[in-house]
Amino acid sequence: MDTSEDLPNYIALQSVPDRKFDILPGASADLTSMTFCVKEEDHTLGNSLRWAIMQNPQVDFCGYSIPHPSEAKMNIRIQTTEKSNAIDAMDKGIDDLKSVCQLIKAKFQQRCQEGDYARIG
Amino acid sequence: MALEDRNRVVILEDRVENVSGAEFPMSFDGQETAFNMESFKDSFDIRIVRVTPTDIEFDLIGVDASIANALRRVLIAEVPTMAIEKVYMINNTGIVQDEVLAHRLGLIPIKADPTEFLWKHDGSVPTDQNTIVFRLDVTCEANRAAAPGETDPKKKYINSSVYSNQLVWDPKGDQSVRFESNPIKPVNDEILITKLRPGQTISCELHCEKGVGKDHAKFSPVATASYRLLPEIQILEDITGDDAELFRSCFPDGVVEIVEERGVRKAKVVNPRKDTVSREVFRHKQFEDKVRLTRVRNHFIFNVESTGAIPPETLISQALDVLMEKCEISKAALAAAVKSGEEDE
Repeated sequence: MDTSEDLPNYIALQSVPDRKFDILPGASADLTSMTFCVKEEDHTLGNSLRWAIMQNPQVDFCGYSIPHPSEAKMNIRIQTTEKSNAIDAMDKGIDDLKSVCQLIKAKFQQRCQEGDYARIG
Repeated sequence: MALEDRNRVVILEDRVENVSGAEFPMSFDGQETAFNMESFKDSFDIRIVRVTPTDIEFDLIGVDASIANALRRVLIAEVPTMAIEKVYMINNTGIVQDEVLAHRLGLIPIKADPTEFLWKHDGSVPTDQNTIVFRLDVTCEANRAAAPGETDPKKKYINSSVYSNQLVWDPKGDQSVRFESNPIKPVNDEILITKLRPGQTISCELHCEKGVGKDHAKFSPVATASYRLLPEIQILEDITGDDAELFRSCFPDGVVEIVEERGVRKAKVVNPRKDTVSREVFRHKQFEDKVRLTRVRNHFIFNVESTGAIPPETLISQALDVLMEKCEISKAALAAAVKSGEEDE
């Protein structure tokens, strides 16, 4: 997997498995319902990604589970209307979550710079 | 449900109601709740309350609990720091066994910027880019200058207690130049590592590596990272006279004050932040139907206390970077999974 050199790499590449995403058997032929199995992820990404995906009006259902606590796997299921499909919904959810993080970071740094708070010590 | 009540958790005498939110498209009749970045931008805000060299308190307003919780979880378990990972014991005649001593050493927070270091993968050799080396060489001996009959070990012996400031940084490669302005050392000087008595000695070499809290708690950059929801006290009907005094005494100091309006003493909520949401008011019959205790579901009061290795403001930015990196990795992995799925067909 390529990661840009200039970005500080917070996540160790050895902890990123070769097949991080898997599409579990049982997806519908029109791709509107699908379960993804994400390796090496937990509630941190699971719950926030579920929230981001559920904001999409084309998504009928989205839920996640961690089938067993000693396996580093997170399953996330998406069902969409016929106007979209689960892969697009997942892709959009990831993008939206990233934008939300970006916005929070920008706002946080703006507030830090404004310095409108008590600084002790 | 009224628009404003949607994001209130209601605290009742014997239960808590309206706990989970439903801010999703089509949840409410006739309301446009579909997510879009523009309206999120408008409703979302951050207010920094207090910053010290190790602590930060800030409000995260207008986000879902899953985002606030992801931020908290990343702070605890996924922001990398440097910590002692390998201890090469050359000599240890103290009473603390090698493995216990090594564990205690591992827990010492190290003041080093982890972004300056690379990950050390299994099997890769230690270099100046991925390892920090410390030495610990101490021997305890009798203090000849001590008064006869002295009973205090600190005066009677030299090095009777070994503290974290006795770790000596051994710069490798270009480290002495790279960290000239900010020499690497333990965050706190006075962490007691072990105790020794005359004749006992410890000699070891310590290697620090980059790691994350989910691997071992010693890598966690925070002592605590938590959030709570902003309490809100709604006075539905004026509370006056002696009742106002009683009402004020139901809350911690500074939450409710008494104001005089046209000669009538009236209870007024001035700082709900300080409230502990104790439900004391519900014990008094006269306040029934006059007060409602709630919490604002999308107003998170974050409290983050750093171990001192990374400044708290930097910590928050880094945690958000980690989340974004997770998104990037996931996006690429999703594309790869879809591609391999197409090839199989």
